Amino acid sequence: MGRTHLIFILKNLIRMGLLLAAVSIATFALVAASPIDPLQANVGQAALGTMSEEQQEKLRSYWGVDTPPAERYLNWARDAIRGDMGTSLLYRQPVTEVIGVKLANSLFLMGMAWVISGVLGFVLGMIAGVCRGRLPDKIIKGYSLLIASTPAFWLALLLLIVFGVWLKILPIGLSVPIGVETSGVTFLDRVRHAILPALTLSITGVSNIALHTREKMIDVMESDYVLFSRARGESLKSIVWHHGIRNVLLPAMTLQFASISEIIGGSVLVEQVFSYPGLGQAAVAAGTGSDVPLLMGITLITAAIVFLGNFIANLLYGTVDPRIRRGGKGA
Amino acid sequence: MSCDHKHHILQINNLSVSFRQYENGRSHRQIDLPVISRLSVSVHEGEIVAVVGSSGSGKSLLAHAILDLLPYNAVCSGEIYFNGEPLDKDRIARLRGKNIAFVPQSTTYLDPLMKVGRQVRGGRGEGRAKKQRELFRRYGLGPETDGKYPFECSGGMTRRVLLTSALMGDPDLIIADEPTPGMDLELAKQSMADFREFADTGKGVLLITHDIELALEVADRIAVFYAGTTVEEAPVEDFRSEETLRHPYTRALWRAMPQNGFIPLEGTQPYVKDMPAGCPFGPRCQWYSRECAGEIPLKRVGCGTVRCVKCQGEEVHIHHHHGDGNYHHTHGRSPEEHVHEIRMGDRT
Repeated sequence: MGRTHLIFILKNLIRMGLLLAAVSIATFALVAASPIDPLQANVGQAALGTMSEEQQEKLRSYWGVDTPPAERYLNWARDAIRGDMGTSLLYRQPVTEVIGVKLANSLFLMGMAWVISGVLGFVLGMIAGVCRGRLPDKIIKGYSLLIASTPAFWLALLLLIVFGVWLKILPIGLSVPIGVETSGVTFLDRVRHAILPALTLSITGVSNIALHTREKMIDVMESDYVLFSRARGESLKSIVWHHGIRNVLLPAMTLQFASISEIIGGSVLVEQVFSYPGLGQAAVAAGTGSDVPLLMGITLITAAIVFLGNFIANLLYGTVDPRIRRGGKGA
Repeated sequence: MSCDHKHHILQINNLSVSFRQYENGRSHRQIDLPVISRLSVSVHEGEIVAVVGSSGSGKSLLAHAILDLLPYNAVCSGEIYFNGEPLDKDRIARLRGKNIAFVPQSTTYLDPLMKVGRQVRGGRGEGRAKKQRELFRRYGLGPETDGKYPFECSGGMTRRVLLTSALMGDPDLIIADEPTPGMDLELAKQSMADFREFADTGKGVLLITHDIELALEVADRIAVFYAGTTVEEAPVEDFRSEETLRHPYTRALWRAMPQNGFIPLEGTQPYVKDMPAGCPFGPRCQWYSRECAGEIPLKRVGCGTVRCVKCQGEEVHIHHHHGDGNYHHTHGRSPEEHVHEIRMGDRT
């Protein structure tokens, strides 16, 4: 068993390496093809006009405008393989440091949203599936469909207007209070600032999980083995508890780990709305400002997180599902 | 002729089941597809009654209808009595798994993610565990089977697991839906012997099968199922010769058996959507005449019943419960009122 596990992990590491290489090439190609002129975007047309030819030349070499894209990529890749992700052109700090700070902010946000949407979505989906066609199902289904068709940024704006502007009970943006020194920021302050963005991500994340869980639960409730359980006099509670959760949890878990990508995608928009200094906002800044090293760093780290999410789902499936664990098939 | 019927364990009168569904993919019009129509069958104490019909003729739905396990779009009407009292939704919900046990047909009736020993036990308790191990041993399922998942069991093993789960409780009636396919002859015989032994203690077995040979071997009475209804219900002795049988389909079935000439019957059973008016066997019947297209009454002939206008016999009225002292005539209502309609969508 140990040997097969080793091969499995090795295989996935190679896969991850290939994925990251492909993602970096694609990202670089997109940035190279982007019509944004880094000088105009970061220095401004007016400022550029007042500069001497010499100064402009310096800036061009700083932003790497004159180097051919292929050469620039190879330069970046050579360093990246050695673990040097370069220096962010916008923040003038090592990319790893910038990402470290932003990731910590985002992980707090996304982790909260991930757990809330997963648990809530699962519970709502189970309720809807069991009560199929009746009022609870209609409400949950209606809510899920409504939310699924609502853009996350719009919902974010709505929450911001209601809680930040009208009710004034939550801050309208940023991750810390304005005008307070870093040492004076409490944990509670951070939580208060994360509530609205996390809420937005949770609300949008719930619908997907709930709808999928509902479908799966309906399948289970219509299955032969649930029919047989009923024929044997098991109560609905016992059926849901013993057969429902057991059979729905596995696909729900896979979906939950696969949904990491959606949460990351959603966080880009939501962080933008709330000016929350997370990874998503940094990605937007890096993209529009042609900060290639930072953008590459962020893309790679998010790709790795998503890959790990799916990888964990695979591993869990293998340990939890007896058909894979004992059958030796699949995975 | 004396047909001394003992206490009824199960009596089904004029059971009809139809499925409400959309006419086709684009249409919003709903139609009712009748899958069982006016089926009558009964099981007395000490009896094994076999419902025999060809595969795919909707026999399994009979078991599901008795147990109130039909899908939500099924509409069910008719009367079902258990131990002399109407078997309504509340009562069946209480009796399922206790007084009425079910042996399902296919191996998909076990939860794929639960070990079979635990599924058969159904609950905790040393008594249950002891009984389950005893039953497993009896059916050649070793102690290692307890911890197996259904996907690790062969078809025959799964059948035995399903069978033992029915014997776990202390039922008065076992409804077995094709319990033997996949078992070897030895085991099939043993399970039938167990049914026999079970019935001999004053209980009843409703055996739903396509295997007429098996039915003739173990059953006391045989109900012949054709196109959603029972065309004839007869004691097993009546199957010794063609003359004692009533319905032309039963006779054709008899002639088709290897020892009786092996003569096949031409044609196929009608599909539910193009069911003929009147007798469903009409189009294939050599004695077909105009009156067969009308209402076909249930008649008592000898010790059995038949749905055929050609047979001479006393008409059976469904609200007249024969030879059962325990029967309570339901509050003197007319038979029409007393037909209860169960809409399966309402159940939780």
